[in-house]
Amino acid sequence: MKYVKQFMIIMGVCFLGELLYSLLPFPVPASIYGLLLLFLLLMTGLLKLEQIEETAEFFLAVMPLLFLSPSVSLITVMDKVKGAFLPIVGTIVLSTIVTTGVTGIVTQAVMKIFAKRKKSYDKGGMSQ
Amino acid sequence: MNELLAQWTYFGMVLGLGCYFFALWLQKKCKLPVLNPLLISTVIIILFLWIFHVDYETFDQGAKYITYFLTPATVCLAVPLYRQFQVLRKNMPAILAGVLAGCLAHGLVIGGMAALCNMEPVLMVSLLPKSITTAIALGACEELGGITGITIVGTLVAGLMGAILGPALLKWFRIKEPVAQGLCIGTASHAIGTSKMVEAGEVQGAMSSLAIVVCGLMTVVLAPFFASIFG
Repeated sequence: MKYVKQFMIIMGVCFLGELLYSLLPFPVPASIYGLLLLFLLLMTGLLKLEQIEETAEFFLAVMPLLFLSPSVSLITVMDKVKGAFLPIVGTIVLSTIVTTGVTGIVTQAVMKIFAKRKKSYDKGGMSQ
Repeated sequence: MNELLAQWTYFGMVLGLGCYFFALWLQKKCKLPVLNPLLISTVIIILFLWIFHVDYETFDQGAKYITYFLTPATVCLAVPLYRQFQVLRKNMPAILAGVLAGCLAHGLVIGGMAALCNMEPVLMVSLLPKSITTAIALGACEELGGITGITIVGTLVAGLMGAILGPALLKWFRIKEPVAQGLCIGTASHAIGTSKMVEAGEVQGAMSSLAIVVCGLMTVVLAPFFASIFG
């Protein structure tokens, strides 16, 4: 009973995501509409975490397995990749390194700025 | 061989589950980051199909029912996001600025490399969503008219790079703040990189799964712009 209910709620959110996808004109996948919808439901308290928790944990735990068939579909595009193998792999490797570096450095810098501002604000408050 | 196997719906399902289970067991035994279960099981199945001349469709006939659950699993990423909302709110400006900068850099490098190497536009748009978790990346790739197989290659390599080389990259770029560490690995290497960050620490793991969602959403919005600029 409990699992049927949890499963029903999660699948229901998936269906609403599909519904939004066909109603709205944005290039956003149905799964993302569902994700945002579930987040809103949890934040507003319309849905309690306990009402979906075990089933959600199950889906999160098996997530990598769900990518197996799409990964194996690589075999069908081998011919297309062959001609541009080096540029494709080079682009993937370079962009991953740059993205890691840029995100980390910018996050760290902005955190430092905010920490400093907070410090000087606290100091100003003390002297008054 | 193909005709024989094509008559059984459960063949692909059993092959998929069996290989993945074996890969999980292997990782538990050896504890090497390179032995990523998804990578190992993918390689085994591709070799099997190739050696015995079995079509991908024959395998997918059973395995597609596993893929069916990708959408509910993606929807469930809302759960960690909800749990970590306090951390998110506290560091909101730094998180948004960092992930946005990462997404922009990602798009620029892909577009730039594509222009430099005279890459076909269809290959370029297939690579644009490659830093985000596969469930979202596949949807974004279809929206952009790319080849899903290429997107999968991209997300796999990006994810495995984060899991295997992530700690070295953090040291190299001198990223010491736990929030920033988790965030940048999640932004560049999605769920597969996140699995490594979960091992590194609680804050790193939390921020990395947060980055999967934030970066996923930003990329879905930004990718069409990059596609039209560089395409």
